[in-house]
Amino acid sequence: MDHHLLSIITFMPSFAALILAIFLRGNDAAAARNAKWLALITTTVTFLISLFILFDFDPSNTGFQFVDEAQWLMGLKYRMGVDGISILFVMLTTFIMPLVIAASWNVETRVKEYMIAFLLLETLMLGVFMALDLVLFYLFFEAGLIPMFLIIGIWGGANRIYASFKFFLYTFLGSVLMLVAIVMMYAEAGTTCIGGCEVSLLTHTFASDTFSVAGITVVGGLQTMMFLAFFASFAVKMPMWPVHTWLPDAHVQAPTAGSVVLAAILLKMGGYGFLRFSVPMFPVGSEVMAPLVLWLSVIAIVYTSLVALVQADMKKLIAYSSVAHMGFVTMGIFTFNQQGLDGAIFQMISHGFISAALFLCVGVIYDRMHTREIDAYGGLVNRMPAYALVFMFFTMANVGLPGTSGFVGEFLTLIAIFQVNTWVAVVATSGVIFSAAYALWLYRRVVLGDLIKESLRTITDMTRRERWIFAPLVAMTLLLGVYPALVLDIIGPSVTALVASYDTALEAADAVVQTTSK
Amino acid sequence: MISADLNVILPEIVLSLFAILALLVAVYTTKDATAGLMVWTTSGVMVLLAIWIGMTGGGATRVAFNGLFIEDGFARFAKVTVLLSAAAVLTMSEAYMKNRGLLRFEYPMLVALSVVGMMMMVSAGDLMTLYMGLELQSLALYVIASLRRDSVKSTEAGLKYFVLGALSSGLLLYGVSLVYGYAGTTQFTGVMSVAKTGETSLGLLFGIVFIVSGLAFKVSAVPFHMWTPDVYEGAPTPVTAFFATAPKVAAMALFARVLHDAFGNAIPDWRQIVGLLSVLSMFLGAIAAIGQTNIKRLMAYSSIAHMGYALIGLAAGTQLGIKAMLLYLAIYVTMNIGTFAFILGMEKDGQPVTDISALNMYAKRAPGKALAMLVLLFSLAGVPPMLGFFAKLGVWQAGVDAGLIWLVTASAIASAIGAYYYLRIVFLMYFGSENDDRLDEGKSGLLSTFLFASAVIMVVGIVNTFGVEGAAISAAATLVN
Repeated sequence: MDHHLLSIITFMPSFAALILAIFLRGNDAAAARNAKWLALITTTVTFLISLFILFDFDPSNTGFQFVDEAQWLMGLKYRMGVDGISILFVMLTTFIMPLVIAASWNVETRVKEYMIAFLLLETLMLGVFMALDLVLFYLFFEAGLIPMFLIIGIWGGANRIYASFKFFLYTFLGSVLMLVAIVMMYAEAGTTCIGGCEVSLLTHTFASDTFSVAGITVVGGLQTMMFLAFFASFAVKMPMWPVHTWLPDAHVQAPTAGSVVLAAILLKMGGYGFLRFSVPMFPVGSEVMAPLVLWLSVIAIVYTSLVALVQADMKKLIAYSSVAHMGFVTMGIFTFNQQGLDGAIFQMISHGFISAALFLCVGVIYDRMHTREIDAYGGLVNRMPAYALVFMFFTMANVGLPGTSGFVGEFLTLIAIFQVNTWVAVVATSGVIFSAAYALWLYRRVVLGDLIKESLRTITDMTRRERWIFAPLVAMTLLLGVYPALVLDIIGPSVTALVASYDTALEAADAVVQTTSK
Repeated sequence: MISADLNVILPEIVLSLFAILALLVAVYTTKDATAGLMVWTTSGVMVLLAIWIGMTGGGATRVAFNGLFIEDGFARFAKVTVLLSAAAVLTMSEAYMKNRGLLRFEYPMLVALSVVGMMMMVSAGDLMTLYMGLELQSLALYVIASLRRDSVKSTEAGLKYFVLGALSSGLLLYGVSLVYGYAGTTQFTGVMSVAKTGETSLGLLFGIVFIVSGLAFKVSAVPFHMWTPDVYEGAPTPVTAFFATAPKVAAMALFARVLHDAFGNAIPDWRQIVGLLSVLSMFLGAIAAIGQTNIKRLMAYSSIAHMGYALIGLAAGTQLGIKAMLLYLAIYVTMNIGTFAFILGMEKDGQPVTDISALNMYAKRAPGKALAMLVLLFSLAGVPPMLGFFAKLGVWQAGVDAGLIWLVTASAIASAIGAYYYLRIVFLMYFGSENDDRLDEGKSGLLSTFLFASAVIMVVGIVNTFGVEGAAISAAATLVN
């Protein structure tokens, strides 16, 4: 398998961005059209190549595949690869991006720069999921902030400046703490290679001896400290309660396509980070902090669901619902069993489709009416039957109706948490009811009822372009809902290996504690 | 023997002779009329010297005048950086100075002489050489700070710089005399054998503290930074650009030279002091810059913060730390040259503008330059994937390696705070409000070239550092072993 497909799909979008930046001149309609087409073609070709990778991928092999390696500066290595955990995130990214570009067909201001920003963003997001060197990962992880900052700031809504600054600084502060931990890991393990090298971080055991600093006893020692440093970054990115407040602002102010990318892909980086780094590299630290994470997740599920109920802005409502759904993900991850991890990954993939579709649904009516106020709508079903159908489908998926992909993830994580902590499970399950409440109520207020608002009399149903954007999302949501094995078969072996190594590491740490205490 | 000694300091001799000859020629012939030509010749000579120093020497360490002067890999790295950045700033400043009637023939000569001082500083092997080099450099800098004689701010800057500089020289000299008194020698190798951890006498310790304070003033580390914002603001912009680059490199290199060559056996004694200077500089640089609207003052605080990061490498007290520091300085200088090329081009109706509100929606009018500036600003903030991130990563790596986790964590927080003010400029350029306060369209191809070159290096540099990293490694190896 000596090919560079991973590097090719990663850097193809930025290569296209470079071509746009250098060769595309002029600000007329023709230039804008060329920029759009080039972006669409590039992202589509990227998706097709990534499909080839998926077919060539061997799920039974739990190691990294398609590894691409080169020397880099400062003793670091450029190393890319995928395993069962990351490949689906790569697929999700390449799948969503063409839809995002297609959904941006109506952008009129600075089209060239807009496409460049999204193409660069795709490179950086793919890099995050493929990087097998910690510093390389950090580089992609952090650099993604720059295009997103510009996307929110330039093409965003009225209060975009506040939102873009909040987005950038929140995530930047979280990430620099992670960088400190990365440097410490390098000092401790002597490598930044994540997995598959002679010495790699996934197989290295970090010190977990309890120690005290300034009178505070740190159970789990260094592992807990590093876990917290990584947690600072991933929890903000996820986002988890109480550091989620940047997300509603960013979503509301971002353009539709920005919201879609944010919800569908950027939020998954936090979950992916937990799965790739926190849990396997700091098992003792994870175990120590798991109760905290579980309760934070539950608070997120219940609290943000309640907050979602009272929102007057559609995007804000969906943003809060995202926070709640991400609560299921962290809850699933920190059960540390097969169902929990399977469910968490499944939930992330499925949320990628569903939240993208919901934001696109808002985008459809926003493009027509230029408002996201729920009160400005009502009775849309009378003029937009196709839209009503699509919106209902994704509302149901968001609620977690059996038969849609939303159900599988929630159900798996709830089964998993029930085995670990019944009380958490009970509280979390009530979140499912709340989610039904806010989602259905939103749908009723926007779509159902009589069309009484004068301004809506002339609203038109979805165009053919919009229907084509939703078609693949509907297909994927249904497909994964009725045949979840499609995802579970791919991630299964890797998750099993992760759980096994986690349990072994915990036992080993316990053994050390017992021998030292005797 | 004397010829061998002179051979070692040949580059310094050449530059001094050139400065003196050029001075004579200008005085007896055309005076300011040829100043433009002088600027170009001086920077040409500097580039040639940089190439010469870079090409020769190999890995050899040569000592001249019984240890007063050391020519090693470390010195060569610092000299090349100083010479190239001084040459870059000189060429950038020509048009600006000419348009404002400031282009006097003394200007390139004074820059050349201060560069000679810097070259001596980084090669110092003795406290006397150190002081000589430092004073030669400083005196020249005091004068060019007040180059604009009819401006109150410029003369104030020069005077302030001079008074505070004299104070710091006093501190330094006091430290030198204490060290001489307790060590019995001014030569670094002699001090080295006396100043050992655990047996350092109180007097010697005081000597270290005073020397560090004096040098901290030169690198504008907090709490010895007070002069920086005023001098940066008051001095003509090209002079500010010069202050922000070459002298900083020289002073940091001298700092490293003294601490490792003379007090290398007493690392725990000075590590805390340097660590404290570093952490204070980073935080003050990050926080104080938030309220600034003058881009030159903002860059002053930015340079204070950057010196704080570079000091982490020094505080580490290891070979890795020196390597990280040198790499940091090289990257910092490159970023600053690009940024100042941009600032030099900020004009309205031919008058220089320093208020950042003038950059409102700059991206719409000059997308190319705005993009280059965006790259530089993110690089200054230390956001990956720009090279500025790798500079920070290097010093953090060295800090953690030396067990200074508190310092690294503090600097991580400071860098997140500091990101705000760089972002604010990006915000103004890309999504500020439209106003009539438009800047002139820059016509200077030279400034744009520097701006774009610097931005491109920040991006391309992450693939390959063009051997700079390797040079820094071998340079650090000659200083610390």
